[in-house]
Amino acid sequence: MTRPVHFQLTDDQRALRDGVRELLEGRFGRQALRTALDTPGLDRTLWRELGEAGFFALRLPEAEGGVGVGLPEAVLAFEQAGRVLLPGPLVATHLAADARVPGAATGEAVVTAVQGGLVEWLDEADVVRGDASGAVPLRSVDPLTPLHRVPDGGGTAPPDVPLAVLLTAAEQLGSASRTCELAVQHARTREQFGRPVGAFQAVKHLCAGMLERVGTARAAVYAAAVTADPLDIAAARLLADEAALHGARDCLQVHGGMGFTWESDVHLHLKRAWVRARRSGDVTESEEILAGDLLADLPGATV
Amino acid sequence: MDLTYTPEEEEFRARLREWLAAVLPTLPPKPPPEDWPARRAYDLGWQRMLYDAGYAGLHWPVDAGGRGATPTQHLIFLEETEQAGAPYVGAGFVGLLHAGPTIAAEGTAEQRARWLPPILRGEQVWCQGFSEPDAGSDLAALRTRARRDGDDYVVSGSKIWTSHAEVADWCELLVRTDPSAPKHRGITWLAMPMDAPGITVRPLKTLAGSAEFAEVFLDEVRVPVGHRVGAENDGWRVTMVTLSFERGTAFVGEVIACRRVLGELAREARKNGRWDDPALRRRLGRLNAEFRALWRLTQWNVSEAERSGGVPGAGGSVFKLRYSHARQELYDAAADVLGAQALDLDRPWVPDRLSSLSYTIAAGTSQIQRNIVAERILGLPKGR
Repeated sequence: MTRPVHFQLTDDQRALRDGVRELLEGRFGRQALRTALDTPGLDRTLWRELGEAGFFALRLPEAEGGVGVGLPEAVLAFEQAGRVLLPGPLVATHLAADARVPGAATGEAVVTAVQGGLVEWLDEADVVRGDASGAVPLRSVDPLTPLHRVPDGGGTAPPDVPLAVLLTAAEQLGSASRTCELAVQHARTREQFGRPVGAFQAVKHLCAGMLERVGTARAAVYAAAVTADPLDIAAARLLADEAALHGARDCLQVHGGMGFTWESDVHLHLKRAWVRARRSGDVTESEEILAGDLLADLPGATV
Repeated sequence: MDLTYTPEEEEFRARLREWLAAVLPTLPPKPPPEDWPARRAYDLGWQRMLYDAGYAGLHWPVDAGGRGATPTQHLIFLEETEQAGAPYVGAGFVGLLHAGPTIAAEGTAEQRARWLPPILRGEQVWCQGFSEPDAGSDLAALRTRARRDGDDYVVSGSKIWTSHAEVADWCELLVRTDPSAPKHRGITWLAMPMDAPGITVRPLKTLAGSAEFAEVFLDEVRVPVGHRVGAENDGWRVTMVTLSFERGTAFVGEVIACRRVLGELAREARKNGRWDDPALRRRLGRLNAEFRALWRLTQWNVSEAERSGGVPGAGGSVFKLRYSHARQELYDAAADVLGAQALDLDRPWVPDRLSSLSYTIAAGTSQIQRNIVAERILGLPKGR
């Protein structure tokens, strides 16, 4: 019996995921990440390369020069971006390409958006979606995400907010998965008391907890990518935020003193995860949406 | 990634749904929880109905008398029976989910013909004699001794946490046949008839106040050598072949039931005014996200099993860890909704809150599960 199996990636999806990972690891590997830390501003060359590779135009029809794939593919791509901590208003520009904002699809334009009372990369943006008037710069906790605060919250939210939340959740998932790997690598190689620290259950259980959260969040995020249901997206957001925030904290803990240094990448994951969690608005909103759902018809368990 | 079902699967679902709607109203009333013989009769009666309708041993291989259904069909079966409020597997649990699959995988043709049909037809109940007072998480440290005497093994020792022992016909028993071998290599799997002389069953009262399992004392119990499944001293491997099945789809019905309870909690909170507390609403909203994700994770694990030809992967440990904790959170939230009534054992959810405490312990404690995840999935070194 031939059938599409739930959750198994198709060959095309696998190829796309691997292709994006290769591109990003090649073009924005650890060295580039550390260089970006010391180089203010957005790398426009990289931005155009992302555009040429179709990162922003993934979901545009092929007739319009897009890649013509769907939300699941976009989620796979953003997961990879989250893994390498790719900087820039990626979600806003991707959604702007959807809305046919000129130059967004090709990476000619950098597009940002007012989200959760903040604007990322305002000084680098060619286009701002939402009302950013009166925006005041703040000293961003994430060295790779310049931020402005919008005094009155930035007015009404654009209609593509659930998609922004989902793609952000995909980035959180990628980061969570990466911090789990970093923690495991460290636990395998760092020796104390004459053996790898990962041989101690206290450390082992931190790592197992990270994988548990990544696995659960991945199921939620991929399912939301298939259904695009606002409730699934709200659930995916909560699970992915938890996996990224808690994962980065535990990764830092596993790294011990080194985890507290600027030289380690762990803090970059944690700080970006804080920024992304804010981008999706108040957690309370997602929780209230999901609470309200409980009073609707009894939740059906089928897809 | 695709969450749609095939037309064949939808048809399977529709036929099952129709059948459930027809037969469930004909079931006798549920027996009281403390009446074990009545529970046995009720559970076996349901199994017989499944058998007559062609749903018994759905996921078992065809040559073992099963239906050879795909993991997805099995998932649909568990989903639909739970949503329709059908009885649980109950006393049939060990026979259908562990002893049976073990015999199907490792038994001789004669053993399969003898033991499998009565399990599928709902005629015999099996229990499990694995854990011992000094062999819990470290199961391979078990000490119940079996020595060969002619055509029999003579077994002495004690087992613990044995569910349905009082009403079981057979016990799948792990015994030590070679005390001098390394601990995993001296174990043998036996099918022990529960009416053999020398067996004493002592029910154990749980913290919930009920006798859900028992201690089983064995004093020179004679078990014919022909009741051995697999080779002598190969019992550890024989057992592990199917132990992972416990963690594959075993909790599907429960996840669906938890989602229903969550909806009922919200309604109760609205009725009694607790819903006005934003902290409670947020807590229930988070639990909604949690159980939605667990349902997706179940589908994920099933799709993995489908791809790997029916063998559940290590994802089962991740699921078990997460689910057992979520279930406890659910019933703690229920107590929050109930307020002072959370101390009343006659209120719904209060006994469930007590029984939820076993979930992070039974079938591998959370600590053991984390070791499994860390060592087998993440590849961290063994050690303490």
